[in-house]
Amino acid sequence: MMKWLHTMASSAWFYRFSGKMIPWLMGIFGVLFLVGLYGGLVAAPADYQQGDAFRIIYIHVPAAWMSLFIYIVMAVYGFIALVWRIKLAEVLLISSAPIGAAFTFLALVTGSLWGKPMWGTWWSWDARLTSELLLLFLYWGVIGLYAAIEDKRTASRAVSILTLIGVVNIPIIHYSVEWWNTLHQGSSVTLTDKPSMATEMLIPLLVMATAFKVYYAISLLIRTRAELVEREPNSKWLKQVIEENNHE
Amino acid sequence: MNKMTPFHDVYSLISSEFLVAFRHRYEALNPLLFFVLVCLLFPLGIGPSPQLLNTIAPGIIWAAALLAILMSLSNVFRTEYDDGRLELMVLANHSLVLLTTIKLLAHWCLNVLPLILLSPIIASALGMSFDVQITLILSLLLGTPVLLLVGTTVSTLTLVIPQNGMLLALLVLPLYVPVLIFGTSAVNATAAGMSAAGPLYVLAALCVLSLTLSPFAIVSAIKIGVSQ
Amino acid sequence: MSEFLYMGGYAFHVWTSYALAFVVLLINILGPSLRHKKKLQRACDIQQLNEIQSNDT
Repeated sequence: MMKWLHTMASSAWFYRFSGKMIPWLMGIFGVLFLVGLYGGLVAAPADYQQGDAFRIIYIHVPAAWMSLFIYIVMAVYGFIALVWRIKLAEVLLISSAPIGAAFTFLALVTGSLWGKPMWGTWWSWDARLTSELLLLFLYWGVIGLYAAIEDKRTASRAVSILTLIGVVNIPIIHYSVEWWNTLHQGSSVTLTDKPSMATEMLIPLLVMATAFKVYYAISLLIRTRAELVEREPNSKWLKQVIEENNHE
Repeated sequence: MNKMTPFHDVYSLISSEFLVAFRHRYEALNPLLFFVLVCLLFPLGIGPSPQLLNTIAPGIIWAAALLAILMSLSNVFRTEYDDGRLELMVLANHSLVLLTTIKLLAHWCLNVLPLILLSPIIASALGMSFDVQITLILSLLLGTPVLLLVGTTVSTLTLVIPQNGMLLALLVLPLYVPVLIFGTSAVNATAAGMSAAGPLYVLAALCVLSLTLSPFAIVSAIKIGVSQ
Repeated sequence: MSEFLYMGGYAFHVWTSYALAFVVLLINILGPSLRHKKKLQRACDIQQLNEIQSNDT
């Protein structure tokens, strides 16, 4: 078991494995994304109150879910990196940060675009929007701190600690709609209860959410491969990979 | 003295911290002055309308306190890092966690406590009534340690970076804002006649959480910075 | 079809959101891919340099 885990933690294995996985993941993502797009834009009926504007949900909610999900995953990577000093976990952490920031940005902007027709304002300082904005700053902080420290192993450890401290923000975002009287609506989809949304509207949402998760895997793998190449230019496995590429 | 009990350790650490601070006592005035100046600027800039000032007073005082603490963060381990004393501390036999806790306790007493003691005067100048001031002081007493501890954790992470001013502000901001929100909502609750217990309990929880966990995080960060 | 594009009057909001999502997703795959290729090229150069150096000594 430990041997298997240690194999997984090696850069060589990860590089080869991810190289094989990426085309498959792209295919799965393509299918899911197209199905989700069709479901969201065409198949789902227009909302009674919001009309067609509610279709923004199929971008906004999956993006917001990803922004939280990626941060939690980063915190797990950070914990593994700090406790077991596994380099691959460090690289996975810092490669996830820009993707998380992109999804947070997307969630905020699509939220703005949705809020204007629905609430009459581009922005409101309510709890959920503000804490999601803080999440964006947390992501930028992680990226900035990593970039500012020269030695990348020190940078990785510093960033792991920072990520773990920032995890406190995640429950605040999630429960903000329960704790405070907010403009943003409460949870319609939870893990435990029946969703308060019609099924034809719910399915594309879940499909898009899955599509975004697969997308995260793709982007993460590509970024991690690039970072591994940068960190270990003189390693044996990289020599082999380059030779194989040259022979093709 | 042959009997070196832990109590002697703690006592000597505390007394040396206070001695050094006393020698630089004018430096401790910096956060206090900053706090007073920021609070003064708002009535001057916004206009003397008592109702307006009364409404925003909790926010002003809390924001000014937060900024003052943020400013004093860079002083906590910077001089020790720069002249190499930090490495000696890491190598010494004493518990680094204990040292850090005491250092921060002294820092809080010298830099933040005067600020909290002065806040009722500022609050009165901004038109806050007495019972609201009590909540204000309580919220500051619970919240400022969190700000100091979390801020020091992040600032020790940036010790290796020479010019870290703005980066530090960006890094701590998302962590400070929840504390600010809970602090001001406690005071605003009292001002509105409701109970401030909810936010105050959350602040207390954050305080206990940071008091117990931050010293360990700070020590990790110090070790990371020193191993450079 | 035009009703589909019109989105019940919310065309700007809906299509900007979807377009932005598309752009973000595209950038986050193309950007890293290009960077990966560049870094591979650089690593190749570094290794060749090292080989030349070790052949000289």
